[in-house]
Amino acid sequence: MTEHTYLIVLLPLFSFLTIVFALRWKEMVSAVFSVGMIATSLLMSIMVLIETLGRHGDYYTAAFSIVELGTFKLQLGMVIDPLTAMMLVVVTTIGTCVEIYSIGYMKDDPRFSRFFAYLSLFLFSMLGLVISDNFFMTFIFWELVGLTSYLLIGFWFEKKSAADACKKAFLTTRVGDLGFIVGLMLIWFYCGTFNFTDVFAVIGAGTVPPIIVTFLAIGVFCGAVGKSAQFPLHTWLPDAMEGPTPVSSIVHSATMVAAGVYLVARTMSVFVASADASMVVAVIGIFTSLMAATIALVQVDIKRVLAYSTISQLGYMIMALGLYGVDTANGIHSPGFYAATFHLMTHAFFKSLLFMGAGSVIHAVHTNDIMEMGGLLKKMKITGPTFLIGSLSIAGIFPLAGFWSKDEIVAATFGHPIFTVLTLLIAFMTAFYMWRLCFLTFFGKPRVEHRYEHAHESPNTMSYPLIFLAFMAAVVGLVGVPWLPHGFASFLYHGEAYHPHWAWMNLGISIVFGGGGILLAYLMYIKGVISPDAMMNRFKPIYNFFYNKWYFDELYQAAIINPIMAIGRWMWTFDAKVIDGAVNGTAALTMWWADVKFWIDKWIVDGAVNGAGFIVRSMGALLKYLQTGRMQFYMIFSTVFIIIMILLKFEIAHIDLDWPVMTALFIAAIGLLSVAAKFVPDEVSQESENEK
Amino acid sequence: MVPYIAVAAVLFSLGLFGVLTRRNIIGILMSLELMFNAVNINLVAFNKFVWPGELTGQIFSLFIIVVAAAEAVVGLAIVLLLYRNWQDISNDNINVMKW
Repeated sequence: MTEHTYLIVLLPLFSFLTIVFALRWKEMVSAVFSVGMIATSLLMSIMVLIETLGRHGDYYTAAFSIVELGTFKLQLGMVIDPLTAMMLVVVTTIGTCVEIYSIGYMKDDPRFSRFFAYLSLFLFSMLGLVISDNFFMTFIFWELVGLTSYLLIGFWFEKKSAADACKKAFLTTRVGDLGFIVGLMLIWFYCGTFNFTDVFAVIGAGTVPPIIVTFLAIGVFCGAVGKSAQFPLHTWLPDAMEGPTPVSSIVHSATMVAAGVYLVARTMSVFVASADASMVVAVIGIFTSLMAATIALVQVDIKRVLAYSTISQLGYMIMALGLYGVDTANGIHSPGFYAATFHLMTHAFFKSLLFMGAGSVIHAVHTNDIMEMGGLLKKMKITGPTFLIGSLSIAGIFPLAGFWSKDEIVAATFGHPIFTVLTLLIAFMTAFYMWRLCFLTFFGKPRVEHRYEHAHESPNTMSYPLIFLAFMAAVVGLVGVPWLPHGFASFLYHGEAYHPHWAWMNLGISIVFGGGGILLAYLMYIKGVISPDAMMNRFKPIYNFFYNKWYFDELYQAAIINPIMAIGRWMWTFDAKVIDGAVNGTAALTMWWADVKFWIDKWIVDGAVNGAGFIVRSMGALLKYLQTGRMQFYMIFSTVFIIIMILLKFEIAHIDLDWPVMTALFIAAIGLLSVAAKFVPDEVSQESENEK
Repeated sequence: MVPYIAVAAVLFSLGLFGVLTRRNIIGILMSLELMFNAVNINLVAFNKFVWPGELTGQIFSLFIIVVAAAEAVVGLAIVLLLYRNWQDISNDNINVMKW
């Protein structure tokens, strides 16, 4: 089965293409078809997982080249190791649940089929990202999940907030991807290959300069920062909640945002080679986690609380991976890698459960504001308990899944006291805000009566996935319990590289902080011992700071977006005034020059032509009077000119004429002229008489 | 030789005057004949006094007499046609060639 893992990836693609080209108008058929495809993928993933479990110590790889240019090879390939197998099962399980859930949630949506097409495309991209065996293929699928995330957040694009949110998500993650590309360039330049194993071998050999390894690792981490919504690129994830809730559940909590964590885990060898880069990873992780947790404390939108919770938990995982890198680089044994991947898995289950539960609640009361809910546990017999199980799990209460994985994360911070303190503080806050959410939503008295009256349990297609996921959220942590001889850790490492220890102190601390958070929430929101309003008024500045998300959106607006817009406007002005001016000026100059040439053409060239004609005409008009039509007049002319020529002839030949000849010629000329003079006036006077 | 040439010059001038002044086309043709004969006298006189013994001038004048006769025939034929068409042979009225 393992050698046919690519089928797991291709089935959702097949589903996408079939829906787009064939089943678009048959809504239920396309939904069922796409669920069938992903369920098949799920079954095959489980088979792959079982085979991987039985194959200790090695992993399966396969690759083929799509481009081969001399030594340059661009390969598509897959690597099936325990991490991949785990992620395959997680993605396909949650994918199946979400698709079934969507049949109920998206009912009556005008673009029902399209939603399933997008979900299938997303699952294809995500699974492709998971099995990828090289950086290049990872990047391709990385961008594909970004695209599908964009499409799904903006699924209700009629809403301006959704359209803005999908643009924001796409552009913000693109900032991180820029760093990722830089990392890829460095990898290609220094390692000459994209294949994970080869890159790790080159970096492990120590031939690459350490500073380059650091930049390379931070570059790859930039991609993870964007995708996993870590500080400073976290602002898109809460806005992404504008998408349909099933999308928030799978794309923006369980799988796609976890892809950043997965990428760091997958390329852990790179981070291990650079303690500095790992420290950056850990600090960004813990800072994000703390910041998101504080924001989640005061939000009132049910999905936004969960979104900040997601950012916080992802920060946890990133921090654990970073600390693993730091410790391993320093030669200290660390459970961080195991803790992060384990938490990645448990978090995927309980967070998708929580999102789907929140979707179910929203479906029932038609609002996102938890202040308008309350007492819903009585009305929602399935959603309520499953949501509470998810909340217990994320709060880290024994023996649910979140307990085991969170314990490991706490264990990973031992040796870094500041991290330990902050981690426990975040655990406390997590328990508090989750249970604040639960108490406000499901317990107490209904605060808005008509919302409560209207509330009802969701249809089976929505509640059954909740039950299944609640079961998973409760038990999936058991694969990592310390007393299991070959638990998750040995599976992940192909052996007992790390085994979690059963430590009472660890257990106690977890219970104290998780339970403490729940207790505080209970006291504040159920018993009313501590009034939330009084707290709010007392710590007004801090409250406002948290409520406004640390003013990050405003900061980015002022520091990045406004300057860019200002530059854009200035550019526009420049364009409109200077460039357009130059263009228009050129045109005006051309027109003016054309006028000049027109004038020259009209008055000088045409003038010359017409002038020639005019001169000829006027001369003709004058000379035509010589054309009298009377032959004797012509003959006089001939005679006169003959006489003149004879005289010229004698003159030129220097012949002196005798006086009789001169006299005769003189008389002849006088006579002739008098005869000619006799003709002309006659003619003119006749002419004028004829005209009259 | 001078008297001959003087006669010819007077004759030519009279012919020319006639050609230029006569209104009647027949008169013009007659004046033309005078000019031809003036030329003939010149030719014969020059032949007689400049190259005695040669006959070139005489023969040439004979040719001119023949050509003049032919020319008179053509001219009179044109005059005849003019008369038939316009019942007039005065060149005052024959000016269709004007502009």
